Amino acid sequence: MNQSFADLSPERLRALLHQMMLIRAFEEAAEQLYLQGLIHGTMHLSVGQEASAVGACAALRPDDYILSTHRGHGHCIAKGARVDLMMAEFFGKETGYCRGRGGSMHMADVETGNLGANGIVAGGVPMAAGVGLSIQMQRQDRVVLVFFGDGATNEGAFHESLNLAAIWNLPVIYFCENNQYAMSMAITRASKVEKLSDRACAYGIPGVTVDGNDLLAVYCATKEAVERARSGGGPTLIEAQTYRWKGHSKSDKQRYRTKEEVKAWQERDPIARLAQKMLEAALLTENDLQQLQADVDAEIAAAIEFAKASPEPDPATIFEGVYA
Amino acid sequence: MSRELTYAEAVREAIDLAMARDERVFLVGEDVGVYGGAFGVTDGLYQKYGPERVRDTPISEAVIAGVATGAALTGMRPIAEIQFMDFITLSMEQLVLQAAKLRFMLGGKVQVPFVLRTPAGAGTGAAAQHSESLENWFVHVPGLKVVMPSTPADAKGLLLASIEDPNPVIFVEHKLLYRTKGAVPEGYYTIPLSQTEVKRPGRDLTIVATSLMVVRALEAAERLAKEGVEVEVVDPRTLKPLDAEPIIRSVCKTGRVLIVHEACKTGGFGGELAAVIAESEAFDYLDAPIRRLAGLDIPVPYNRELERRMVPQVEDIVDAARRLVKEAR
Repeated sequence: MNQSFADLSPERLRALLHQMMLIRAFEEAAEQLYLQGLIHGTMHLSVGQEASAVGACAALRPDDYILSTHRGHGHCIAKGARVDLMMAEFFGKETGYCRGRGGSMHMADVETGNLGANGIVAGGVPMAAGVGLSIQMQRQDRVVLVFFGDGATNEGAFHESLNLAAIWNLPVIYFCENNQYAMSMAITRASKVEKLSDRACAYGIPGVTVDGNDLLAVYCATKEAVERARSGGGPTLIEAQTYRWKGHSKSDKQRYRTKEEVKAWQERDPIARLAQKMLEAALLTENDLQQLQADVDAEIAAAIEFAKASPEPDPATIFEGVYA
Repeated sequence: MSRELTYAEAVREAIDLAMARDERVFLVGEDVGVYGGAFGVTDGLYQKYGPERVRDTPISEAVIAGVATGAALTGMRPIAEIQFMDFITLSMEQLVLQAAKLRFMLGGKVQVPFVLRTPAGAGTGAAAQHSESLENWFVHVPGLKVVMPSTPADAKGLLLASIEDPNPVIFVEHKLLYRTKGAVPEGYYTIPLSQTEVKRPGRDLTIVATSLMVVRALEAAERLAKEGVEVEVVDPRTLKPLDAEPIIRSVCKTGRVLIVHEACKTGGFGGELAAVIAESEAFDYLDAPIRRLAGLDIPVPYNRELERRMVPQVEDIVDAARRLVKEAR
């Protein structure tokens, strides 16, 4: 086993590469469907950030929890959700994960431990402490990993949650996807610390910054944090440095960054990097890669067909779910 | 069997019974442990159940609400305390944007069963940031339930029902009620949420009041009875979802209604009650306009007399009722 692939088997690596490609294809398809007017509302695409979603979730067990963000399609797929049910949700259909009530920003799959994306920056962060406490009080050996962006680290709730998880030694992994911008606000303008993981010292917990476009680096850092949390060692703050290739949402004219900057980050494409590394290590052939892409394209096409053919919610059910 | 307990003792007994019965129930909040709660409500529970189930938190109201939400979402039954209702402003995002909506947003696939207890109200000389009555903010939020008991027996039964309820419940206790006494049944019992109660029957005038104002309305009714005016006092107990039918029925009977609450009049729960009555068949039975008596539209003042004037007192209710029974449409 090549050491640069950690403890991941060739089969597992191919599965993770497939997941990253599936995320990319899902989001590119979603964007096209939006442009065609088949999906309404808005969406926040994570194209370019796939390694942080997949690397982090690869270090989790199926029964571990995640809490996700508005830019959460990747997290959802990486935790094991089905793209057809996600696509149906995007279309607002009754068959979707949230029966068409949530849409892109509230995508959740409780069965695979995904407690939901979130429309509020840092919205999932205080809840993560509650999930962690719940795990601890029920004597489970699960962990919860909460994704959030660089923008969330400047919300007050971030401070309260990390502090509480630290003093109560909760099994929480705070996973910051630093994609450099909170909408238009560059992290370099929004924070004076060099690395966002430096903030961990304020809570007396470990903090680590990794190359978020390197699947293996993300996986290894998360695995260490998960092992710590699972064995009673408490929370960790992980910062994965990455970049979103697309605008913040559908309204973004991208006046705050240069084409050159975007291009420089696109050259660090997390999918191409892993594929290249696997090709070089002979864990993958060009043919395999083409086959993976064909599989992914077929899955997305089938998901779109499923979504289109699915029924709309019955207006008579409009009040369902407000109260249990 | 019942015996006299204070409102605070009744709340404590409910928490104790719930914790003894269900391991998933735990307390979380500021100074709820050794200190026993800022108003002594949780006194003794730390000694009985220990630090794991009676959890002191740092001064972090956002994450207290987050802990309640996240733990409820994953199988626990938290009882969170926000030390003064004023401080709930610091919990709003988790309560309003997360806890209230999660079930709906996720297509009905999750439940968020927690109770958030909080003491509200003026009358303690604590001024504008420790005296708020903000219940109607939460009434406006689909997905939340709002409970506001006025007696010790109701406090116990409604709190136990709130803990059993699969939804997030904002449970508003009034600081001036904590020392009031009343007969409280022993043992475990629940009073269903969304069940309005007629606290005193009468034929001349309906007073719909909430929380401490129920106690004052009953005292006012006692005085008015001596003048030959028979007042019916109705207590919604649960503000959301509201059981409107007994209120409407009462107004149909008396033809006159005075709504009394402590919170500021503008945007208060009284506006909602007035609208519910006006939209109902009771409208045709009204012999006079619907009247509201509520807190003045000012922050709660510190000065003793100003504070007293800000909130409806027994004599204010008596005066308003006297005027209303003479009014014609």
